[in-house]
Amino acid sequence: MCAKPIKDDAKPKVGTTGHSWDGIEELNNPLPRWWLWTFYLCILFAIGYTIAYPAWPLIHGATPGVLGASTRADVEADIQHFDALNAPIKAKLVAADLTAIEGDDALKTYALAAGKSLFATNCAPCHGAGAAGVQGLGYPNLLDNDWLYGGAIDAIYTTITHGVRNTVDPDARNVGIYMPAWSDKASGPLADMATAKLSTDQIGQVVNYVLKLSGQTADEAKATAGAQIFTENCVACHGEDGKGNRDLGAPNLTDAIWLYGGDEATLTKTLNAGRGGVMPSWGYAAPGTTARLTEADIRAVAVYVHALGGGE
Amino acid sequence: MSDTQDPPQLYAAREPIFPRRVKGKFRTLKWWLMGAMLAVYYITPWLRWDRGPQMPDQAVLLDLSSRRFFFFMIEIWPNEFYFVAGLLIMAGLGLFLFTSAAGRVWCGYACPQTVWTDLFILVERWVEGDRNARIRLHRQPWNWEKLIKNAIKWGLWLLIGLATGGAWVFYFTDAPTLFWGLLDGTASPVAYITMAVLTFTTFFFGGFAREQICIYACPWPRIQAAMMDEDTITIGYRSWRGEPRGKQSVDTSGDCIDCMACVNVCPMGIDIRDGQQLACITCGLCIDACNGIMDKIGKPQGLIGYLALTDEPLERAGKADKPVWKHILRPRTVVYTVLWAGIALGLVAALFLRANLDASITPVRNPPFVILSDGAIRNTYDMRLRNKHGTDRWFTVSATAGGDVTLALEGTDALRVLVKANETLEQRLYVTAKAGTVAAAAHHLPLRLWITDAEGTEAPKAERIYKDTIFNGKEDK
Repeated sequence: MCAKPIKDDAKPKVGTTGHSWDGIEELNNPLPRWWLWTFYLCILFAIGYTIAYPAWPLIHGATPGVLGASTRADVEADIQHFDALNAPIKAKLVAADLTAIEGDDALKTYALAAGKSLFATNCAPCHGAGAAGVQGLGYPNLLDNDWLYGGAIDAIYTTITHGVRNTVDPDARNVGIYMPAWSDKASGPLADMATAKLSTDQIGQVVNYVLKLSGQTADEAKATAGAQIFTENCVACHGEDGKGNRDLGAPNLTDAIWLYGGDEATLTKTLNAGRGGVMPSWGYAAPGTTARLTEADIRAVAVYVHALGGGE
Repeated sequence: MSDTQDPPQLYAAREPIFPRRVKGKFRTLKWWLMGAMLAVYYITPWLRWDRGPQMPDQAVLLDLSSRRFFFFMIEIWPNEFYFVAGLLIMAGLGLFLFTSAAGRVWCGYACPQTVWTDLFILVERWVEGDRNARIRLHRQPWNWEKLIKNAIKWGLWLLIGLATGGAWVFYFTDAPTLFWGLLDGTASPVAYITMAVLTFTTFFFGGFAREQICIYACPWPRIQAAMMDEDTITIGYRSWRGEPRGKQSVDTSGDCIDCMACVNVCPMGIDIRDGQQLACITCGLCIDACNGIMDKIGKPQGLIGYLALTDEPLERAGKADKPVWKHILRPRTVVYTVLWAGIALGLVAALFLRANLDASITPVRNPPFVILSDGAIRNTYDMRLRNKHGTDRWFTVSATAGGDVTLALEGTDALRVLVKANETLEQRLYVTAKAGTVAAAAHHLPLRLWITDAEGTEAPKAERIYKDTIFNGKEDK
């Protein structure tokens, strides 16, 4: 529109760089000088930065920088800062009555959040990130409403504090109490605990009786024979009705929940070789050591597990 | 090329620009626009809007700490950020529309860089005088007069910068509280730091960088070239009327008397007679300057004026310009307008359709279901219930499923929870299907969960919403 035709533009207002190829000249539109200064400033800043902060890689680490900046130290300071912020509510959590924690909104919110993070760090390797356990390995599902040692908050707290069948904590649950190995071919400590040596046929009979107890399809004749063996050997722990005994950690055999599996093959394996899961003690401190978790942490995890859906 | 030539200079110092004062209709329009926009900017945070006792009463408030945006009667929660995104897209499309229709009107009239630079030049003129006086002052060696005038000018610029940064922080927290806090030193360090940064950038951008920002720092001049075409109305010099430029006494000369008035008033320091160029922000001041000269020499106005490229052949042929609406109404502007209006309608519809309660419900997938002691199948859902009322509300939960299911809430025997005013509650929901039922045996079933405002007594009926999810039954092996 307004631009003059190129032929009028014989004398360009800008100079050329002096570069000419086949008669095409390179115009020189100079950059503003302040732009150049910003480059120099950036270079100066970069040099200053490498002096002030950790920068040059060396064989063992890097130059420390004169300001002494350290992200590791920052994290430590942050952790201390938040620990200090949490100290009052942790103290309140420890002082509170276990059953009263869930009624206190502030305590419950803190315990659930802390418990979730502690669970993910400490408990998830066995019980799973979703707390569903691992059935084949006998890590219990913590979401359902069946509990070996009780699902009330104080029972959960005790289990976490002392663990199960561990060799460290004298107060651990079920020390020396196992599901024996009933097979007459079995040997070892679990076999020594059995009150009888059962043949493969007899074990099959007991398995069928247990299948019947839990409402699964079973061979009637074998089950009837198995009932007799059950009464003689199993009721001491599992009870006459097979509903188990929480004092002994003996599972309820009549419901739909199985620690290792309720099918015929798994039950046969359980009877043949015995079972005895172990859970570490999280609250026991051997002399001269500290416990794995503090009292406040254990309470937080107990509240978290109690609120997973199966709490009693 | 010969070797005797001087090596080319790859860097050049900035040429200082001393825009001359000008009077005219575009200058008047720009004064009014400047006044209006500065007023909106400074006054908006002080407007009050009653939202009830537990809510902030600031009409426009971007409350970042509690994650709420307030615009008069509209309140935007973080999960409704699409409103903000939609507004930003509308702002972008609006900019495209105006640019394709009327060129760089944003740059020339509304851009903060232009408005504040205009204000800074006004201050400069008050203190130092008009163009010639400023050039003289610039050229003379440092003495008391130069020192004092510069000190006054910089002081005033700093005050404007301080007010600019000061007004900015008021948008993010309660303005009166912050104002007194700023005065007695109890305000947050963030407020002081923000103000300091904005004071400095305003001072520097408006006082010293000025057109350098537009030419070298701003991406928008480059982008908008893609939105302009030969029908875009923009500022141009009618060279066919003005050339050859020179003394009026020569009969063959054009209307341009080469008085340099258009160059002297230009805040970008360019010559519009060189044609359209990247540095031109189309502020219209050269039009005012040239029209004044044309009046004086008795020639018609409009040697420099708003016109489109397609007008040139018409004018050269002595015909009338295309009407303005024909320039503006073309597919490009229609598409921009339709898109803009479509988003606007969508946002308005969304605004009226949104409920005062809101929920998001996520099935817990680890594990997908839990077998209970009696063989029942239980699914767990994490619910986030949002109460956007200004008062505490009880929300109840119910379900419509493809089979019989029962609901339970974690931590309570009832099927209702209290959600505090303007808060979000995280709540676990258990859905259980008895052993042997359709739901328990199915691989998965559709499940619709209803959240009802149990105390929506002010409304004619209880407000309720639903969320669709699935119920996982026991997997078939």
